[in-house]
Amino acid sequence: MTDPVDVLIVGAGASGAAVAWSLAETRMRIVCLEQGDWMNPTEYPSAGRDWEARAFSDMSISPNRRKRETDYPVNDANSPISVANFNAVGGSTILYAGHFPRFHPSDFRVRTLDGVADDWPIDYRTLEPYYAENDRMMGVSGLAGDPAYPPKASVMPPVPLGRAGTAIAKGFNELGWHWWPSDTAIATETYDGRDKCINLGACSSGCAQGAKASTDITYWPHAVRAGVEVRTRCRVREITTNGNGMASGVVYFDRDGVERFQPAEVVIVACNGVGTPRLLLNSTSGRFPDGIANTSGLVGKNLMFHPYASIQGIFDEPLDGYRGPGVCIWSQEFYETDPSRGFVRGYTYEINRGRGPVATALTGMFSGRIPFGEGHHEAYRQLFSRIAGMVGICEDLPEEHNTVTLDPELTDGHGIPAPKIDYTLSENSRRMLDHAVARATEVLTAAGAKDVITEAPIGVGGWHLMGTARMGTDPERSVVNDWGRSHDVKNLFIVDGSIFVTSAGVNPTRTIQALALYIADSMKKRLADLFD
Amino acid sequence: MPATIATDNPFTADEQRTLLALVGAVIPASAEFGTPGADDPAIAADILATARPYHAAVASALSQIESTAATRYDAAYTDLDAATRATIASDLSRSRFAGVGTLVTITAQCYYRDDRVMRSLGMVPRSPYPDGFEVPRGDWSLLEPVRQRGRIYKEV
Ligand SMILES: Cc1cc2nc3c(=O)[nH]c(=O)nc-3n(C[C@H](O)[C@H](O)[C@H](O)COP(=O)(O)OP(=O)(O)OC[C@H]3O[C@@H](n4cnc5c(N)ncnc54)[C@H](O)[C@@H]3O)c2cc1C
Ligand code: SF4
Repeated sequence: MTDPVDVLIVGAGASGAAVAWSLAETRMRIVCLEQGDWMNPTEYPSAGRDWEARAFSDMSISPNRRKRETDYPVNDANSPISVANFNAVGGSTILYAGHFPRFHPSDFRVRTLDGVADDWPIDYRTLEPYYAENDRMMGVSGLAGDPAYPPKASVMPPVPLGRAGTAIAKGFNELGWHWWPSDTAIATETYDGRDKCINLGACSSGCAQGAKASTDITYWPHAVRAGVEVRTRCRVREITTNGNGMASGVVYFDRDGVERFQPAEVVIVACNGVGTPRLLLNSTSGRFPDGIANTSGLVGKNLMFHPYASIQGIFDEPLDGYRGPGVCIWSQEFYETDPSRGFVRGYTYEINRGRGPVATALTGMFSGRIPFGEGHHEAYRQLFSRIAGMVGICEDLPEEHNTVTLDPELTDGHGIPAPKIDYTLSENSRRMLDHAVARATEVLTAAGAKDVITEAPIGVGGWHLMGTARMGTDPERSVVNDWGRSHDVKNLFIVDGSIFVTSAGVNPTRTIQALALYIADSMKKRLADLFD
Repeated sequence: MPATIATDNPFTADEQRTLLALVGAVIPASAEFGTPGADDPAIAADILATARPYHAAVASALSQIESTAATRYDAAYTDLDAATRATIASDLSRSRFAGVGTLVTITAQCYYRDDRVMRSLGMVPRSPYPDGFEVPRGDWSLLEPVRQRGRIYKEV
């Protein structure tokens, strides 16, 4: 047994980092257990000639393909969308693209506005100060004045428009539709010890330049300096409880594979929308036979992904190709519900600049646009630096039959049961995807594209993991309360995307982190009566 | 076709011959663009080294290729002309035979990082980091119509 700690955080990703940093000022003894390693940015793919190839092996977005010792397998055979993540200090932000939109005020009120899902127990205004604090800590670039949002400041100027952004922006203008420079978690100026973006174009394999705000280089250095201890290669098997039904600590395997018990006064789970329900379901006891914090039966239910549509145009003139961050501009023309479209809620378009030489070849060869053999080179040159387009990020509504459960056979390297995903695309999502493909085709055509390549949903696109331990005020309909505390276990908190009530039609991380800061603040305000 | 290369890999001599015949048919040399084929010795060595961890899948693809050649043409794949070899590879890839997809992916990865190929595309053969690239900042006055239209979010 190791010395007891005041606060034990499981997971050092986007949310674990934010909550650790915020709580550090309390001077409590805080330890974070993370199954992965600290990453060494000089070893990221963009520092080597094989940078595109490594996205298929050790830096793949799929844990099942990557198979690092620090990964756990995910059985997602029964889902049209497979799980993408990364396990390290920084979590999935090591690989994320850095699209950094906020939710909208309407996103917290979908039951009231559209009669579907549930309203959140908090609203945009509750999170607003935490969004702003998180923007400062992560270093957000963008352009103030986006008419799709309530006013918000920007910390740094936006990423460049580039040739691709210019062409596609003109397409949106032609149709009279909204677009705006994306808010991004990418430093466009030197910021908080980080270098500015130099357009390496490999953001989703780790940013060797340190411009992209992964939490290993944003929150964590500050949290560690403030006294938080991060223990890497420590994989938590279960959260334990005492006779009073309170969490007593966790059992974990250390870097030598030795099983240890870490006692704690407070346990905070930050393992993401798949890792968190997995851990809770693995934490069974006489008192909690179906997993800790699960008397509602909702742990692992309501999994939301954001089905993605990819719509890529082929242009005559060369655009940005392999240069520049994946993030560029966005459009929220189809964000709010319009009943005439045949679906509720909506989606965001995020514009992709282009792709590298290998990705161009694979796109062309597997879509039949580049022949095998004779004609390969001619056709390749018609695509090289000439592909640009967008993705449509569709709001995924919560449905109880979309689940994370424990696989009866599959385990990780420590023998801990692995998560199993069961997910079906709803009719609402299917219609939204079709709409996104059709409207984007119009934009790209207006922008001058001569051909369009589509995929909907993107099969490998399970990068947003939400809803599997939802927040709410009713203990029968939610897992945590309106400030992240388990209804059942009063010293157990959850701070990651699991607690989302709905998914909105935007990337989740800015909201995940704002929520983590809000929960940390709620805890700090209640330190004297935290468990009441 | 170049002679068999690299011996310190799990591929048998027969598998290597089939693999070379396949990758050279998928991406042939081009006099017009001044590029080597994927069966160029340096590129093929890179392909074989990169394919090592995927040996089982790739070997099964190669055996599928040979058996398709035998069934369709009663010939060894390596004896077929380049166009026929490319057609077989394309057909199997389209039928989503996983190993063929893996091999084609590895071929593209290795081919498009070769110095000569990158130069022929106007690229400087180097890693993206540390020099990075230039991207034009663009003209934000393009936003004027969006600004003029005004607020589109829903107040609640
Ligand atoms: C390829 C890709 C692109 C993305 N792009 C974007 C984007 O552009 N914008 C955006 O907003 N979001 C994006 N995301 C999603 C974003 O990365 C996540 O939303 C965010 O990182 C989630 O934060 P989190 O704290 O919930 O979990 P994570 O960041 O995933 O962190 C969870 C951590 O918990 C650790 N952990 C899990 N279980 C255990 C255990 N039992 N013991 C110890 N440690 C454990 C994991 O190792 C991991 O480090 C992307 C993700 C991927 C994979
Ligand atoms: S494009 Fe910018 S943010 Fe992306 S990897 Fe390169 S330097 Fe980092």
